[in-house]
Amino acid sequence: MRAIADGLFTDETPPRLVGGCDRATGRVVFPCPDSSNYEAMPLSSDGVLWSYTVQRFRPKTPPYAGPEAFAPWIVAYVELPGQVIVEARLVDVAFEDVKIGMPLRFKPVPLDPDAPDSVLIPAYAPAGDAA
Amino acid sequence: MSDVCIVGVGIHPFGRTDGMSGVEQGVFAVRQALGDAGIDWPQIQFAYGSSDAAGNPDTMVDRLGLTGVQFINVRNGCAAGGSALFSAQMAIKSGEFDIGLAVGFDKHPRGAFDAKPAEYNLPDWYGDAGYMVTTQFFAAKIMRYMSLFGISRETLGRVAEKAFRNGAKTPHAWRRQPVSIEEILEAPMISDPYSKYMFCSPGEGGVALILASEKKARELGKPLIRLKAATMRTRPPHSFEVFAPSIDVVEDDSGPRGTASQIASRDAFRLAGMEPGDIDVAQLQDTEAGAEIMHMAENGFCANGDQEQWLAEGRTEIGGALPVNTDGGCLACGEPIGASGLRQVYENVVQLRGDGGDRQVPGNPKTAYSHVYGAPGVSAVTILER
Repeated sequence: MRAIADGLFTDETPPRLVGGCDRATGRVVFPCPDSSNYEAMPLSSDGVLWSYTVQRFRPKTPPYAGPEAFAPWIVAYVELPGQVIVEARLVDVAFEDVKIGMPLRFKPVPLDPDAPDSVLIPAYAPAGDAA
Repeated sequence: MSDVCIVGVGIHPFGRTDGMSGVEQGVFAVRQALGDAGIDWPQIQFAYGSSDAAGNPDTMVDRLGLTGVQFINVRNGCAAGGSALFSAQMAIKSGEFDIGLAVGFDKHPRGAFDAKPAEYNLPDWYGDAGYMVTTQFFAAKIMRYMSLFGISRETLGRVAEKAFRNGAKTPHAWRRQPVSIEEILEAPMISDPYSKYMFCSPGEGGVALILASEKKARELGKPLIRLKAATMRTRPPHSFEVFAPSIDVVEDDSGPRGTASQIASRDAFRLAGMEPGDIDVAQLQDTEAGAEIMHMAENGFCANGDQEQWLAEGRTEIGGALPVNTDGGCLACGEPIGASGLRQVYENVVQLRGDGGDRQVPGNPKTAYSHVYGAPGVSAVTILER
């Protein structure tokens, strides 16, 4: 399966998320901007939950390209210590069990869970004791 | 230097007005403001107009009179009205003009604001994945704030309950029925922790304010409502804003991130020579219930976390120590972007004149504060004094 966009994940197995490091300031951003001012860098696969919400209604199409059938999903901000906080899905956890600060690990998921050939989007799942 | 004064106010009721364009609602507000100031359109020397989605404000000269008046259009996200007011103030302060107009109106389609990734310099996949949804940002911001400072969901409910209660007393409000806190808390969720009653909706409306030099205001014989400060500021480094695929990490992340609101607020208090404790009534941007909570602290009115007790004690009620959003705010009035910030100032003028009727703040308020926040990290503040 491929990522929803080129250059989002590294080519290794399992993949890591690719951020961009500002050559002048060292600031790390995600995704890596298409600019010579940024150098692509693999981001840490481990992080902690910084904040989140649950998307309870189907976003408008366009631009949303997810499946017609909608089930709520978690929008998470995940802190990758010393690097950057990234926005991604949070999976494999019940909504009521989500806790800010919980340890997470990178785990890309299909945009459409029921389509075998669906593109992958960035996501995290509980890691360690929380898994 | 002498103060700039607000000598006339007008409003077209917020909500939905089928068959009336946004510009027409703006014109309605201007005519009311002219009547309030006791002047005619040809006396207006300049105008600044804000509208995000309802056409160019300067086209209203068609209807008001082709006097050749200078008319500048302002677009600045949700801070557009504040920017129009700031500009109008500067035009008078410069000494170039004596009297002029700040007008804002809008008319948005039903439902959430439409946003495309390219308009925000974001890649298409970000929209494909479902993140071009403003409500996600507001929800994630309050979720972290609640976790850091022990704010309960019930407190969010209290904010919304107050908004609808105040809106019921306000002729220009859209939502004019009180809603119980139980209904607010148990309503369908939009984006956790917010239920549908905790978000405002895009709407329609128009507001006009006529500003004059102090000398001109005295000639008109109106009670002097002085604009002691009007500031518009942009965001500091490391802030958390709407449509953010990433946020900077910071060394000490135990507090809220810096915001444009903090900067605009601090500078407004400095210009006015006042402190938060000097303010008698405040209108704070409440596009969601939690925004009012966070903006109470960002504008210096209380410490982070104190809101839990403030709301429980009713300190922000109309009869409380610091009444907040006396007309029901965005939650009860809806948010026509170009008009929303000017509505707050309109409400403050009404309160300072003692014309608030059922929603009048008791004790003859003398100072009033307004604050708007918009994407991507812009904020405008005004302080009025009678």
